Amino acid sequence: MTDVLAITDHRRGDLRDVSYEIITAGRELADETGGDLHLAVISGTVDDFADKLNRDGVDTIHTVSHGEEFNHDVYTQAITQLYDELAPQYVLTPNSVNGLDYAPAVANQLDLPVVTDTIDLETDGETLIATREMYGGKVETTNELEGDAVVTIRSAEWPQAEGTGDASIEAFDADIDEDAIGSTVSGFEEVGGGDVDISEAELLVSIGRGIEEEENLDLIRDLADALGATLSSSRPIVDNGWLPKNRQVGQSGKVVTPDVYIAIGISGAVQHVAGMKGSDTIVAINTDPNAPIMDIADYAIVDDLFDVVPELIEEFQ
Amino acid sequence: MKILVTVKEVATVEDEFEIEGTEIADQYLGADLNEWDDYAIEEAVQLQEDGIADEVVTVTIGPEDCEQTIRQALAKGADRAVRVWDDSLEGVDLLDVNAKTEILSAVIEEEDPDLVLTGVQAGDDSFAATGVSVAENLGFQWGAVVNHLEHDLDDGVASVRRELEGGVEELTDLELPAVLTIQTGINEPRYASLRGIRQAQRKELDVKALADIGVDESTIESELTMTAMYEPESESDATFWEGSAEETASELGELLRDKGVAQ
Ligand SMILES: Cc1cc2nc3c(=O)[nH]c(=O)nc-3n(C[C@H](O)[C@H](O)[C@H](O)COP(=O)(O)OP(=O)(O)OC[C@H]3O[C@@H](n4cnc5c(N)ncnc54)[C@H](O)[C@@H]3O)c2cc1C
Repeated sequence: MTDVLAITDHRRGDLRDVSYEIITAGRELADETGGDLHLAVISGTVDDFADKLNRDGVDTIHTVSHGEEFNHDVYTQAITQLYDELAPQYVLTPNSVNGLDYAPAVANQLDLPVVTDTIDLETDGETLIATREMYGGKVETTNELEGDAVVTIRSAEWPQAEGTGDASIEAFDADIDEDAIGSTVSGFEEVGGGDVDISEAELLVSIGRGIEEEENLDLIRDLADALGATLSSSRPIVDNGWLPKNRQVGQSGKVVTPDVYIAIGISGAVQHVAGMKGSDTIVAINTDPNAPIMDIADYAIVDDLFDVVPELIEEFQ
Repeated sequence: MKILVTVKEVATVEDEFEIEGTEIADQYLGADLNEWDDYAIEEAVQLQEDGIADEVVTVTIGPEDCEQTIRQALAKGADRAVRVWDDSLEGVDLLDVNAKTEILSAVIEEEDPDLVLTGVQAGDDSFAATGVSVAENLGFQWGAVVNHLEHDLDDGVASVRRELEGGVEELTDLELPAVLTIQTGINEPRYASLRGIRQAQRKELDVKALADIGVDESTIESELTMTAMYEPESESDATFWEGSAEETASELGELLRDKGVAQ
């Protein structure tokens, strides 16, 4: 009972990056436990996926052919059956929106502890030490647990596995109880189209909750006008209905890669950073010198945006 | 139908703080209604206003201190509240997902709702797992990260949208009873009106110990132990511009001109 079972993620015919990252995380753990790394790929074109997933470090890939797209009932049933068959020590899943839709259910069904959104993992074969964040990234914690566990990993924390592996690919004949499937996915929809494509902009002035009131947004509009920049924002601004969805930067919004990204009153939560870390130059304006955004900023102004922004507007008028 | 909403009071942390052991020192902590739960409450209250729900009950795991936060939910329109607390939970740093699942499941079984709404995650520990875990435990259906719910709930089916990554939404039908974890942006949470706040004082807030809901202390022992808390080592190699707002703004202006992105 030293093996690791890692579950991969795909959507609409494509494997998602975290599927290659979880190979790296899983291999590291399996090296520490002295076991094998098993991958599972469930639903969709599993044979094609398995070929792509056959990278260095993978021992066995289990394919579960059932349906096209993600269904949490199918995943939960398939993974619990794989667990019963393989008896791994750890079940690793992506901390993706879909991972969070089945990992806690798998843990509950198998009566295992679940630890989510981990950014580092270590084990001596008995005790797992999981590092995660709390309070929106203000602190990190280490957490220990004994024995088997279900663990979800944050995306982009482990490098993607490369190379060509020599894993054996095995079809797993999961016994899916159709009657137990109480959810049906009926389709997908892209959201956030509209007037502007923020992913095309060279200069983004991006505003977050630090703006406090909708009226104050005029100040940021004035700045964007003065600089000839495009206006974007963090999620709360869109949730409040102050800007349309197509302006949201982040995990559930748009990925942007401007020459310069000015983050104003944005703390830099992981889901926001996922959308803007590829910007060429990042400037943060924030009253909190320890805000997580500072970790990825190239330049920072620790000051009140209501003092700095008017000065900046004046410079360019 | 009856809706149950899980409500958590989360700790908020000041910009500057100190850590003592595996906790943030008390004087740097505040308390607030969990942001995601606020949206869950609003969704339930709207279902009630639409004539779909007959009753909205909130359930909270927390000490007496958090009653202020529970009253906020009542002031926004929930009908009554249940708070579970026990001396045995007092010194626990971290109540793990399984412990929360045991406690919430016991209350849900007693209340027997058709729909359970939780926040996607709690802003403090960010596990984002309790709702789905509870659903599986109770044999309910579930949907994680829901940003739209059709309010007709026809034939015992909830039609929801799940917000996936990258601006893609998944349309899913779920059989009731179900647990939905509610994402911010699904609605516009209301402020509690003065009238609501006055009424909330008179609403029922039931306090239960573990024994009252038939949960044995031993079953909620956290399997996860927090062993350290620290401020992440700053990886920042940012250039911090110092000076007055005028000076720092002018530094930024210069950078933008240098990069050729603004004139
Ligand atoms: C499943 C999921 C998906 C998500 N997807 C996204 C996403 O796509 N995009 C996204 O952005 N978020 C997303 N989030 C939300 C994310 O977790 C954060 O809640 C959000 O990014 C916080 O936005 P913020 O930085 O504007 O606000 P806060 O975190 O509240 O930060 C406000 C900042 O403003 C600063 N500030 C306050 N006043 C001033 C002032 N006067 N001058 C200067 N600075 C000031 C504060 O110091 C603070 O750092 C998602 C969350 C979940 C759970």
